Amino acid sequence: MPTNPEDLNRDEQQACLQQLLDKLAKDRYAIAPQPMPAQDPIKRRRTMTEVALGYTETQARLEALRCLQCANAPCMEGCPVRIRIRDFIAEIARGEYGAALAIIKENSLLPAVCGRVCPQEVQCQERCTVGKKFKDVNMSVSIGRLERYVADLAQGGGQTPAVAPPTGKKVAVVGSGPGGIVVAADTRRAGHDVTLFEAFHKPGGVMIYGIPEFRLPKAIAQQEIDVLKKMGVKIVCNFIVGRTRTIEQLMKEDGFEAVYIGVGAGLPKFMGIEGEHLVGVYSANEYLTRANLMRAYEFGKGSDTPITVSKNVAVVGGGNVAMDAARMAVRLGAENVYLVYRRSEAEMPARVEEVHHAKEEGVIFCTLQNPKRILGNADGHVVGMECLRYELGEPDESGRRRPVAIKGSEFVMDVDTVIVAIGNKANPLIQQTTPGLEFNQWGNIVVDENCRTSLKGVYAGGDIVLGAATVILAMGQGRIAAQAINADLAPPT
Amino acid sequence: MLYQITNKKQLSENVFQMDVVAPLVAQARKAGQFVIVSPDAETGERIPLTIAGADPEKGTIRLIFQRVGKTTALMAEIPEGGTLGYVAGPLGRPTHIETFGTVVCVGGGIGVAPLLPIATAMKEAGNKVISILGARSKELLILEEEFTALSDQIVIVTDDGSYGRKALVTEPLKEICAGAPKPDLAVAIGPTIMMKFCCEVTREYAVPTQVSLNTIMVDGTGMCGGCRVEVGGQTKFVCVDGPEFDGHQVNFDLMMRRMNAFKDLEKRALEQYYKEHKCKIGLDRK
Ligand SMILES: Cc1cc2nc3c(=O)[nH]c(=O)nc-3n(C[C@H](O)[C@H](O)[C@H](O)COP(=O)(O)OP(=O)(O)OC[C@H]3O[C@@H](n4cnc5c(N)ncnc54)[C@H](O)[C@@H]3O)c2cc1C
Ligand code: SF4
Ligand code: FES
Repeated sequence: MPTNPEDLNRDEQQACLQQLLDKLAKDRYAIAPQPMPAQDPIKRRRTMTEVALGYTETQARLEALRCLQCANAPCMEGCPVRIRIRDFIAEIARGEYGAALAIIKENSLLPAVCGRVCPQEVQCQERCTVGKKFKDVNMSVSIGRLERYVADLAQGGGQTPAVAPPTGKKVAVVGSGPGGIVVAADTRRAGHDVTLFEAFHKPGGVMIYGIPEFRLPKAIAQQEIDVLKKMGVKIVCNFIVGRTRTIEQLMKEDGFEAVYIGVGAGLPKFMGIEGEHLVGVYSANEYLTRANLMRAYEFGKGSDTPITVSKNVAVVGGGNVAMDAARMAVRLGAENVYLVYRRSEAEMPARVEEVHHAKEEGVIFCTLQNPKRILGNADGHVVGMECLRYELGEPDESGRRRPVAIKGSEFVMDVDTVIVAIGNKANPLIQQTTPGLEFNQWGNIVVDENCRTSLKGVYAGGDIVLGAATVILAMGQGRIAAQAINADLAPPT
Repeated sequence: MLYQITNKKQLSENVFQMDVVAPLVAQARKAGQFVIVSPDAETGERIPLTIAGADPEKGTIRLIFQRVGKTTALMAEIPEGGTLGYVAGPLGRPTHIETFGTVVCVGGGIGVAPLLPIATAMKEAGNKVISILGARSKELLILEEEFTALSDQIVIVTDDGSYGRKALVTEPLKEICAGAPKPDLAVAIGPTIMMKFCCEVTREYAVPTQVSLNTIMVDGTGMCGGCRVEVGGQTKFVCVDGPEFDGHQVNFDLMMRRMNAFKDLEKRALEQYYKEHKCKIGLDRK
């Protein structure tokens, strides 16, 4: 066997590496999972700054060394955009952070975002061999934290992607969430003249108005927007496609040859119970938008958007949105924040890290409970919430055990604010204003596997197609849509 | 310049009219639609204002608003030539305009402003338009001239009798509904309580009634649910399902309570603003 690895072909190199790794495997298991440094739970109850502080270099190297470099890399299969996880981790283990980032960027444009908000424990980390070995997903390699580490290292210094010579074709991107950002970047790279339209006065979608600063600093989304600007993407805010201009007008009158619709979710669901119109009942979207985008926490000190000052808050739901709302309520000064969820904690769709952080910050978990009605006083303000207790019955279609109300178990929770975080329906605006575009029964846009809609030249992706999805799925669809747009706009060969 | 105020007038002590540069909105807007505006793009609150008119040639829209809270107070301070933080729209479904026959248009207080484009469109569609305009007193009455010009018949009432008839708008409305032939449609825009009582009158005479609701809003695109109202027992979002609804189906009592959601906070903000910034604000804007 030759000794210089340079003389080997790739397969031989892999085999060689594998031999080494096999030898190391025992030791690798011995490296303890690196915990994420975080702000002190008591202190952070009153601050909006980011909770998870990020790995140190030593931690990143150690965590990367825990990776077994599996030949089949099952983690990749769990990644919705198939990042070459094993390979980027290998680079980190070697201290080649730039190379690691370059590998991630092949598939994901927003690693600083995804490293923070992806539900890794049900994606890549769920499949990780290390976690499987210990029969504990918490023992898996912390792929997300490593991704965040290399992305954060490059913050600010990231280079602006090269743009191909002008094609003379105009692309409109509607909505500036993660999907829209990716489409704008990828189509601009191909040399198209790209305009990003956003209804709000600031671009960034959910990353700006929904996910709070303490979990995803605004500066991170802002940086991505700045990169788009540097690439020459035109960003037009306060522009509601469908109302300010319709899609038909954009295409027939304004010369856009392709339109990507990434308008996200809309219409927060309410429970349809008595008392939901009382003052002090918010959708999580409204609560978080007021707090994040409109910075209501600075009300009277720089922001003019008010938010109820609450003492006792009930948040209904068990997803990321519910966790964000509950933790926001803590920061806005509530004394007691209850998280009311009708199943048990095991069924909560939120990221485990958020559940953990919420508990550390004192959010009181009330599982197997669900509101029956909201009680108000003579002025129409919330003064309490009547709940029922539940138990878990047979599994339903989703495979989760169905919660069943326990008869006669009513009790009243003493709260002055209720935040409803039970999901969204589709935003109806595009449907109302775009004849000929096909929607399904839930109002989501119907697309083919390339994100093409029923209208020629119109593409869609993200929450408006998938229902409530994730940042990474929206990004993934953005990628696919951009490829389709670039292919469809390419001159015939 | 985008969002620049090209023309500003004080219509009464607390009511202001401004023409604002927003060419795409001016082009797209239809009667009954509104915009979300903010006096300051960084710190400002977003509030909905109905578009009172537009000049697509000049690219301006007309906004008429009453100074009630800090946000409207800030807007009132911006001089002609100054700019608003932003204007987004037009939002909401346009008014359904057709030839109904006789349409009674009832406007109360500042509600007279959003009524103007609707009354104009109703007239243009060949309807006979009877207008009832109400205000607390003579000084607070706005757009009388415009309504006189477009209406086939106009009735003016004031609460204190300082001008026109001393009555609430519901009185002449009742008389007109009781007359023969009875009107084919009523449109009522004004304070929630006024719309509620107008609807009670028209319900009695089975005159279909449209109301335009001006609830609290944040995004104006159907994302937050802050604008929700109960219509016919169902939750509706004013910004995407409205702003116009069948007045006989609207639960006005629930709506009135929600409108007061931030009353105390807003009062505090306004007082603080008057105390601290009154003189400064006018200066740091151009
Ligand atoms: C509070 C909260 C927490 C979340 N936490 C997580 C998490 O931890 N991990 C995760 O993966 N996902 C999370 N999600 C979900 C994730 O944010 C979304 O799935 C994702 O952002 C969807 O992206 P999108 O591209 O569809 O657009 P969105 O981010 O939804 O953005 C759409 C944009 O389009 C704009 N728009 C809407 N209508 C129009 C129009 N007519 N014209 C112009 N612009 C318009 C909107 O204003 C918005 O800015 C969370 C969501 C929320 C609300
Ligand atoms: S599955 Fe886990 S151990 Fe294997 S390559 Fe992926 S991250 Fe490394
Ligand atoms: S204003 Fe937010 S949904 Fe209507």
